[in-house]
Amino acid sequence: MRILIVGGGMGGTILANNLARRLKSELKANKARITLLAASEKHMYQPGLLYVALGRMSPDELYRDQASLLEPEVELHVDPVEEFLLAKNQVKTKSGKTYDYDLIAIATGSRPVTEEIPGLAENSINVYTEEAALKFFKTISEFKGGRVVIAVGVPHKCPMIPPEVTFCLYDYFKDRGLADKVSFHYTYPIGRLHSLEPVSKWMQGEFNQRGITTETLFNMKEVDGAKKVVRSEEGSEVKYDLLVAVPAHKGMAVVEKNNLGKGGWIPVDRLRLTIEGYQNAFALGDTTNIPISKAGSTAHFEAEVLAENLASLVKIGAPVRDYDGKVFCFIEAGKDRATYAMFNYNNPPDPKPPTKSIHWFKMAYNQ
Amino acid sequence: MAEKKVIDARGTFCPGPLMELISNMKLINVGDELEVLSTDKGSASDVPEWVNKVGHQMVSTTEENGVWHIVVRKAK
Repeated sequence: MRILIVGGGMGGTILANNLARRLKSELKANKARITLLAASEKHMYQPGLLYVALGRMSPDELYRDQASLLEPEVELHVDPVEEFLLAKNQVKTKSGKTYDYDLIAIATGSRPVTEEIPGLAENSINVYTEEAALKFFKTISEFKGGRVVIAVGVPHKCPMIPPEVTFCLYDYFKDRGLADKVSFHYTYPIGRLHSLEPVSKWMQGEFNQRGITTETLFNMKEVDGAKKVVRSEEGSEVKYDLLVAVPAHKGMAVVEKNNLGKGGWIPVDRLRLTIEGYQNAFALGDTTNIPISKAGSTAHFEAEVLAENLASLVKIGAPVRDYDGKVFCFIEAGKDRATYAMFNYNNPPDPKPPTKSIHWFKMAYNQ
Repeated sequence: MAEKKVIDARGTFCPGPLMELISNMKLINVGDELEVLSTDKGSASDVPEWVNKVGHQMVSTTEENGVWHIVVRKAK
């Protein structure tokens, strides 16, 4: 059985390793083969970008050699896919090679599309790429004071970034002695401060203590850099001195180019992760259109379920488990306190008050 | 010809039905409709609030066995 994994991010890497461990004997007996096609020989730990943006990690700490992260039985090729021929059980890659498969899992992730809001890219900072995180740190380290506005696009990767970036930035300026020179105004696309209601209520209390003002039902339409205002689809406008964006995301262009899903999101069954119309093709992580958080933990938990199901397809010819929608998100509440939210399709989150120990647990996990 | 797409947001807490609606509005054409399935009763009020504020059109809101079916038309 030839298993092809497309994407070397968190989902693809965890899937490949989990699968290799489950299929040890089949791999040894040449009854199964796992191939991973990655876009880069380096694996980036994306959650670390927030700390690069705050000057608390250097970019080189985010990277590992992709090969060093994989079980030795996984065959790695740094050769991104350009054509998905799912009806033929084939993909074609940038190098011109064709890979045939029996089972395929697509985990190509997502990307910020800052350019889709006029004026946003050139007039804001964000934490979503290495280049952006470095620009973020340079900008905040030179900022002398004024109004910081947080503006959030949808959908976006990591739903906890809006509160985290706000709380961390608040502490950053406070530590620089700028607390009385900087004010914060937080905007959010829906009618509360966060999509998770308990998180929203907790944020409101924390914001009240810090004097952070808010505006909800605010979806960015355009940014006027000359006037330093951001305008919303809902008809309001907000003045800023420093605009911190959480840009909207899309799936990778190759997904849309191959007509696998609008916006680059691949439609899948929310329990089995099968791509609509196929029994031997799966997607996981940010790549799917499942209406849950686009987050590393989502990819991680989906990868565990999918590994079990792909292994059982090899061993007994049928999947054995459903993905229950599990998501776990740490939430930084400042420079040294954190909490978390855990939920699935059936159980809502119930975040607890932030503590230093959860912050350090997150720091340890980052390593 | 106008199309109708269904977003099954039942049992999802984050990003939630309204955020999914806003995301999917970007991917459809003016005149197309989205039907959001939600198990969050708050959707019956927060979806119309946003739709009216931004200038799209509410088509219908119905509830069946604890699932809200909210249909919205993209108007601009």
